[in-house]
Amino acid sequence: MSYLRIQNIGKAYKRYHKRWHRMAEWLGMKPRHELRWVLKNISFDVVPGEAVGIIGVNGAGKSTLLKIITGTTKSSNGTVETGGRISALLELGMGFHPEFTGRQNAYMGAQIQGLKISEVDNIIEKIKEFSEIGDYFDQPVRTYSSGMQVRLAFSVATCVRPQILIVDEALSVGDAYFQHKSFNRIREFRTEGTTLLFVSHDRNAIQSLCDRAILLEHGFLIKDGNPEEVMDYYNAIIAEKENATVKVKRLEDGRAQTVSGTGKAVVSNIAILDQSGNRVEVVDVGQVVTLHIEVIVHTWIKRLICGYGIKDRLGQVMYGTNTDLKKQELLNVPGGSHIIFDIVFPVNLGVGSYSVQTALCSTDTHLVDNYEWRDLALVFNVVNISKTHFAGCVWIDPEIRISSL
Amino acid sequence: MISMGMMRDVWSFRDFMKSSVQREFQSRWTGTQFGPFWIVAHPLANILIFTVIFAQIMKPSLPHHSSKFAYSIYLCSGVLTWNLFAEMLGRTVNIFVENASLLKKVHFPKLCLPLIVIFSNLINFAIVITLFLLFTLIIGDFPGWVLLAALPVLAIQLAFIVGLGVFLATINVFYRDIHQSVQVVLQFWFWLTPIVYVPATLPGLVSRMMQWNPMWRFVDAYHGIFLEKTLPQWSTLVYPGVLAVFFVWLGIFAFHKLQGEIVDEL
Repeated sequence: MSYLRIQNIGKAYKRYHKRWHRMAEWLGMKPRHELRWVLKNISFDVVPGEAVGIIGVNGAGKSTLLKIITGTTKSSNGTVETGGRISALLELGMGFHPEFTGRQNAYMGAQIQGLKISEVDNIIEKIKEFSEIGDYFDQPVRTYSSGMQVRLAFSVATCVRPQILIVDEALSVGDAYFQHKSFNRIREFRTEGTTLLFVSHDRNAIQSLCDRAILLEHGFLIKDGNPEEVMDYYNAIIAEKENATVKVKRLEDGRAQTVSGTGKAVVSNIAILDQSGNRVEVVDVGQVVTLHIEVIVHTWIKRLICGYGIKDRLGQVMYGTNTDLKKQELLNVPGGSHIIFDIVFPVNLGVGSYSVQTALCSTDTHLVDNYEWRDLALVFNVVNISKTHFAGCVWIDPEIRISSL
Repeated sequence: MISMGMMRDVWSFRDFMKSSVQREFQSRWTGTQFGPFWIVAHPLANILIFTVIFAQIMKPSLPHHSSKFAYSIYLCSGVLTWNLFAEMLGRTVNIFVENASLLKKVHFPKLCLPLIVIFSNLINFAIVITLFLLFTLIIGDFPGWVLLAALPVLAIQLAFIVGLGVFLATINVFYRDIHQSVQVVLQFWFWLTPIVYVPATLPGLVSRMMQWNPMWRFVDAYHGIFLEKTLPQWSTLVYPGVLAVFFVWLGIFAFHKLQGEIVDEL
């Protein structure tokens, strides 16, 4: 039975003010440490075969929780009950010895998971085959590219179907082909009944793999529910943090949001709405949405132009336009006006994360009168729910006519 | 304290330990042309230096011994068993720190790590001592059946090293100074043990004080077995025996108490 029962897990690290305080404690003197809690009162059950995503910002305690479940570190209180063999992909490339061949390292890797030599003998060819590194399998690991090391590490870690598999963002490395291959292996395990714990910041991965998600914040479990709901909640928390008054903000993924301009007019609210007017953060490919921009004008403006651009995660503009180009400029806008721009368009974009940048100015460019320029004003994700799978960053659905002469 | 479950865990990883010991040896000769030869070359060179240089060129003599190899045997039996002690202790002390990344990533019985060091050092010692015994056969000074008496002495010595080693290795995770100081202490310790010199040359008081050095007792017993071909005086081994039991207890106690914090501190 591959269940997992986490009850009241807490983890505190001891912090000593002076190094010798620890020694003093050992020798029987009064405790001199402070406890720094990184996890508190975590309880959840995972039923056999369930896939649970674990979400949280860096430092929320995700990795510590996984380490406690796998047993590499001990919890300060609470209990973990596991019903079966756990295999963990915490960080790939565990302890490969550069001078030894892939084969020798594979033996070591499998043995440290508790397999016997005879058991490894039976699966070593499968490990080789899955890793697809060919003749390199019998070459020293130091000659490997990092991608090859990842492939080998993944095939070793998953060489035997574990009852419980724990994956910690390990799959975000490696090339796209192997990522797919490893996702497929995880899916296969799932159908055979493996319980999965999956840590990721990748919304798509969580939503496509997991039945449930839990959200950690400052060491507490603050939300437990279906992945989409928890993911939205998570994004809302991040958004709340972003809406502080600072002008340059560091976003969760490390990007900086910059706001500049005279401030004569500012964007007071921005959202993507679905057709029934609800705020959404995940959009299906091809879905018609409304980009809702509310602008507050503080002082009289002769000519107001609102522009926006949609960028992919690398910052490439996918599409951008403004009310000057669309011949919809506003003239003589009095101070105190509250203006709403509802921009309706189909999201003909590929799967991925996108951001919206807004500009309020007087002409086609923001170089003349820049009232406000806001990068990363809004972040949303495109997932493919209703369309057939396709590659690329735009949705240009073809009709393919096939005929023969 | 050390539960059956713990022992069973370690036992179930015996294949891992076996391969790791193999790997310890292989890693020493991967990339070399002559491979295993180098494992033998080092001790062989040692023995040759001790015999050829000390016996033939410098010709030191031991009191009451006429054989020109007497000092060579004296030196070898001391140095080889000292090296077992020093190398094993030196490696064990840093074993958890050395394997920090492994311990943080994979869950397996931590006690496997010192055991791997101990076994690979023992195998190395077996090779070295075999070479030495071959040498005594060649010069006609083979100790004969008295040799079996070396086994219990070795067993006490091993218990002493393992206990002290696991204890220091555990403390070393929290105070890395241990590793550094062990290296320094070992240098003094070597000269406080009658390996190169003969205890009879020391003033009586110093000699009596230095009897409290457990290594003195071990080395003394080995000298008796290899040189005089006599059984050790078992009563002299009671003190190091008690010490060994104490350190094994201390090692297990410290490890058991602190093992939960080891990974947090690495």
